[in-house]
Amino acid sequence: MNNEWPLWEIFIRGQHGLSHRHVGSLHAPDAEMAIKNARDVYTRRNEGVSIWAVEANNITASSPSDKGPLYEPSESKVYRHPTFFDIPDEVGAM
Amino acid sequence: MYAQMVQSEATKDDPEKLAAFQARIDRDEKIEPKDWMPEGYRKTLIRQIGQHAHSEIVGQLPEGNWITRAPTLERKAILLAKVQDEAGHGLYLYCATETLGVSRDELTEMLLDGRMKYSSIFNYPTLNWADIGAVGWLVDGAAIINQVPLQRTSFGPYSRAMIRVCKEESFHARQGFDAIRKMAEGTPEQKKMAQNAVDRLWFPALMMFGPSDKDSTHSAQSMAWKIKMNTNDELRQKFVDQTVPQIEFLGLDLPDDGIKWNEERGHYDYSDPDWSEFFDVIKGNGPCNVDRLAARNKAWKDGAWVRDGLLAHARKKAAAKVAAE
Ligand SMILES: [Fe+2]
Ligand SMILES: [Fe+2]
Repeated sequence: MNNEWPLWEIFIRGQHGLSHRHVGSLHAPDAEMAIKNARDVYTRRNEGVSIWAVEANNITASSPSDKGPLYEPSESKVYRHPTFFDIPDEVGAM
Repeated sequence: MYAQMVQSEATKDDPEKLAAFQARIDRDEKIEPKDWMPEGYRKTLIRQIGQHAHSEIVGQLPEGNWITRAPTLERKAILLAKVQDEAGHGLYLYCATETLGVSRDELTEMLLDGRMKYSSIFNYPTLNWADIGAVGWLVDGAAIINQVPLQRTSFGPYSRAMIRVCKEESFHARQGFDAIRKMAEGTPEQKKMAQNAVDRLWFPALMMFGPSDKDSTHSAQSMAWKIKMNTNDELRQKFVDQTVPQIEFLGLDLPDDGIKWNEERGHYDYSDPDWSEFFDVIKGNGPCNVDRLAARNKAWKDGAWVRDGLLAHARKKAAAKVAAE
C-alpha cells in the first residue's frame, strides 16, 4: 500500500472581511494535522486569521481544453457590462 | 545556484504544439500544471525545482548545527526562525514539483540515494559562529539574487513559490549581516573570526551560481522556456558588485586580490573560483557530502515509524467514521 500522506490544498483568509485564498498545498495524515501543518508552513508571519484544508483528490477542476466552450459564451455579451450603455452627462451619477 | 547545472532535456514533441507553447511563454503567459507542456520542459523543471527544494532542506543542516550553541537567547531564537523558514521553502518547492507529476516520496528517495543533487554550498562546514553570520549574509544574499528574477519564471507554481520565498529571504540575509557585523566590530579575535569566515566562504558562495557561461551547457533552452532568467555569470557579477562594498563597510579585507573596480565595465573584476574544486564537490567529494546525506537518510529512517503511525491512526479513524454512518 502507498504510505505517503495524502495531499491537502490550503486556503487562508488573510484578513477579516476577505475571502479565503489558495496559498499552496502540503501533506498530512488527516484534516486535523493538515490544519496544524498549514499553520506552520503558511502563517509564520501573521498571514492569516482562518485556514481551510481540503484533500486534493476532493477537488474537481475544469480542464484547460474546455476553455473555449466554458468561457466563450460570455465574450459576445458585452451588454452585461455597464460601459455598454451611453448615459448622457445631464443624467448625473448612475 | 540552489539549482546548479540542471541538465535540460531535449524535446521530441509535435513542432506545431511546441511553437504554440513557445508563443505562450513569449507572451509572458504562465504555464499551469494541467496545461499541455513539452516533455523536456516538464522533466527539466522537475530536476530544477526538485534540486532547489532539496537545497532548502539540506541547507538547514549547516545552520541547525549552531542552534544549540548560539551566543545569546535572542540569536538562538532568530536562527531557529530562519532555519524553520528554510524548511518552509523546501515544502513550497516540493509542492510545486509535485504538480508536475512526481510524488514527494519519489523526490525524497532520489535525494537520499544521490540521483538528485542539492547546491554545492551546503557541502562546506560551518566551523564557528562567525560562519553562521557569513552564511546568512553571503549564501542567502546569493540566493536572493538568483530567486528574485525567478519570480517571473514561466511555470505558475514555481513562480508563486518564489514570490513567497523572496518575501522571507531578506530577513535571512539581514540577520546574517547583523551577526557578522557584531563580530567585525568586536574584539580583535572576533574580527579575525569574521575575516576567516569571509575568506573561506567567498569562493564557495561564488560557485553557487554554477559554472562560467562558457562552460555552461543547457542554458539556451532553459532561457527560451523562461525557467532560467539570467546567465550564471550575470548573476555572479551582480553578487560581487553588491557584496564588495558591504565587506568594505565591515572593515574586513577583501577575500580575493583580484577584486578591483573596473571603470570601463562599471563592475568589479574578480577572480574565478577553482572550478575543479566545484566539479569535485558536485561529484560528492566536498568536505561534508557524506555527512549531509547520512544525516538526511537517518532523519528519513528515524521518522518512518511516526509517518506510518499517524497514517495508520488516520485510516483507523476514517474507517470507524464510515462504519458509524
Ligand atoms: Fe531559503
Ligand atoms: Fe534563506
